[in-house]
Amino acid sequence: MSRRLPRTEGPWAWLAAGSVALSLLLLGGLLLLLAVRGLGHFWPASVTLVELEDGRLLAGQAVRELPLKHRAGRERLYFTGNRDLDGHVWHWLPVDTIVASERPAELVVLERRRHGAFIGRLLAVGESDALLSAQSREAAWTGLEARLAELEALRDEHDRLRRDVLRPLIRRLDARPDDTAARQALAEANARVRELQQAMGGQAALLESVDGRRLVQPLDEVLRAWQPNAMSLGEKSGAWAQGVWRFLSEGPRDGNTAGGVWPAIFGTVLMVLLMSLLVTPFGVLAAVYLNEVAHQGRLTNLVRIAVRNLAGVPSIVYGVFGLGVFVYGIGGTLDDWFFSDALPSPTFGTGGLLWASLTLALLTLPVVIVATEEGLARIPVQQREGALALGATRLETLIRVVLPMAVPAMLTGVILAVARAAGEVAPLMLVGVAKLAPQIPVDGEFPFLHLDRKFMHLGYHIFDTAFHGNDVQAALPLVYATALLLVMVILVLNLTAIFLRHYFRSRHGVQPRP
Amino acid sequence: MRRKRPPMTLLSRFQPSAPGSIIDFDPTASCFEIEGVSLAYGGKPALRDITLRVPRHRVTAFIGPSGCGKSTLLRLLNRLHDLNEEVGHSGRILLEGEDIHAPEVAVDELRRRVGMVFQVPNPFPMSIYENVAFGLRLQGGLTRRRMDDIVEWALQSAALWDEVKDRLRASAWSLSGGQQQRLVIARSLAVRPEVLLLDEPASALDPISTLKIEELIRSLKSQLTLILVTHNMQQAARVSDYTAFLQDGQLVEYAPTDTLFTNPSLRSTENYITGRMA
Repeated sequence: MSRRLPRTEGPWAWLAAGSVALSLLLLGGLLLLLAVRGLGHFWPASVTLVELEDGRLLAGQAVRELPLKHRAGRERLYFTGNRDLDGHVWHWLPVDTIVASERPAELVVLERRRHGAFIGRLLAVGESDALLSAQSREAAWTGLEARLAELEALRDEHDRLRRDVLRPLIRRLDARPDDTAARQALAEANARVRELQQAMGGQAALLESVDGRRLVQPLDEVLRAWQPNAMSLGEKSGAWAQGVWRFLSEGPRDGNTAGGVWPAIFGTVLMVLLMSLLVTPFGVLAAVYLNEVAHQGRLTNLVRIAVRNLAGVPSIVYGVFGLGVFVYGIGGTLDDWFFSDALPSPTFGTGGLLWASLTLALLTLPVVIVATEEGLARIPVQQREGALALGATRLETLIRVVLPMAVPAMLTGVILAVARAAGEVAPLMLVGVAKLAPQIPVDGEFPFLHLDRKFMHLGYHIFDTAFHGNDVQAALPLVYATALLLVMVILVLNLTAIFLRHYFRSRHGVQPRP
Repeated sequence: MRRKRPPMTLLSRFQPSAPGSIIDFDPTASCFEIEGVSLAYGGKPALRDITLRVPRHRVTAFIGPSGCGKSTLLRLLNRLHDLNEEVGHSGRILLEGEDIHAPEVAVDELRRRVGMVFQVPNPFPMSIYENVAFGLRLQGGLTRRRMDDIVEWALQSAALWDEVKDRLRASAWSLSGGQQQRLVIARSLAVRPEVLLLDEPASALDPISTLKIEELIRSLKSQLTLILVTHNMQQAARVSDYTAFLQDGQLVEYAPTDTLFTNPSLRSTENYITGRMA
């Protein structure tokens, strides 16, 4: 099957093939970098206990190694955690100052709500006001695991209560302060929340860093715990999968430098879907008008050129337009008319899901128009004449023959629109994206889809995590992971549209001959 | 406004005419009367002062070299040129004595009476059944049962029924080129036109499919009037009863096919049909 390249076009063919190969290589390299840097973060790396020349002891995860700048030798970066004890979490150590290193099985890593990770030894677990004395290592560890599981169940209930019961009740009371039934329910729910909070507090672990400093860690601030050096490959894989799952399913913590990105995934997908829903009818109608209805003259061509040029307008300009027209113009007017009792706090007069989707719909409108128009123009004239010759009017011809045949072209437009819109961040910063909006814009409360709410977006989340955290170094793996996720989300959205297009194309088997 | 057609029973319109050849057919037997028609594309003349009568229930062929205006004339008969703003024409075309360009004539109604089959088969991207039912659905008001009957009748008239009766729901694009062309003919027949215009219906097909289409054309003339545009003189000779020879937008000779092919009265006709000029 191997075909030799024709000799005459040899160099050109190789040049072209080389360009393709280079593009693929770059794309593959990009994905690989994101995957390794991003997903590697969730792997429970082994913890090394190192002893230095001067007798100091340190425990941490080796991250990378670089040659020393001023003398021969190399230095190694360790992630040592314990921000509350040391004030920082990174240590650069010259390799030749390390006199001994080992990986003791008893070292634990705790993921905490505050101060980040703890790396050291676990001495005991118990009631925090009871005197804590050292327990055996196994007893302390099994105790910790059991308590953490208990706590997680309590925390789940607590969060659910706050999200599904408390918040809706408060909203209802805001609207009608004299609702006594709601007030009653609120009091009951509050009591239960306090109960849960009490049950969650009160327990602590006695920890010791490798150089002997002790601290008492309240357990309700501990999210996960593992003993990386004692774990088998299978257990590590399990912990990795759990870490990835938490990243996908939980909300962010610590000013977006830790935790998950679920609200951002949801916000991105929802916004793109809304955008597609808004842009498709407008784009298709505009293309139909330009191609089928309008007199094909100089003016139509001028409009066509203008539409094509709109695709080149920088996205931030659309953001400014959205802010001025949608948010302040239309949103402000809506507030004046329908939500005046809530003023001066705006309802639609501030950035939100609807305005962001509309702005992006506007941004992608030219793409959909151009793609649909090209599809309409490609439909053979015989198809139209065939319908007309059967006594169909122009409208009937359009609806029954031309538009169904143009569906794949419309979907091509939507695919291009999604690809452009899902990665767009700049305009969103003006019209509705939020640094932190842990509540997704869909819930069980009427009207279920809250178009006025601000939302999180993966693209903005990347920007925020990378530049606005207090420890960019520690958040960097999350930036890679989020970037990988953004690529995946766009890929999935695009594949869905491509699958749909394939379905519509293949429904009638063979393509008509031109 | 679309005019409502009087209800009619299936096939009632298609009374076969009396057998026997008409050399100088009387005016009451003519379906189309074309009177002094000229046409120009954007100021460039394409047809000049054409006058001819098309006999009812016969096959009339328009032949002539490329660009002679035969397709243009054909498309004038169901007003497909209406779409093109650059086309201007003069003269009168009467269908059963009625001017087809009269303001009270609804163009969609006219096109239902005057069906058309194109050079390239153009089935719609739908199932075989839906293709045939397309024109019927536009009219509406048919029961499911009646629609099934008409679709079957149309496919049988187009000699396609036996080949597709087991896969009416399959895509029309899965048929071969010849089958597609017969499907398009069935689709036209389903709305029961009085005239069927055929614009080189077999030129994109293989010889066997061509043969089938020609048989079909001959069999259909008992039901309706057919006007055939063709490049292929053998085809015109095989299937048509009358032949019009056009050249440079002018009608050169119009006669019964036998006469035109065996004893043309003009030198230019003879040159063309004997292949000395193409």
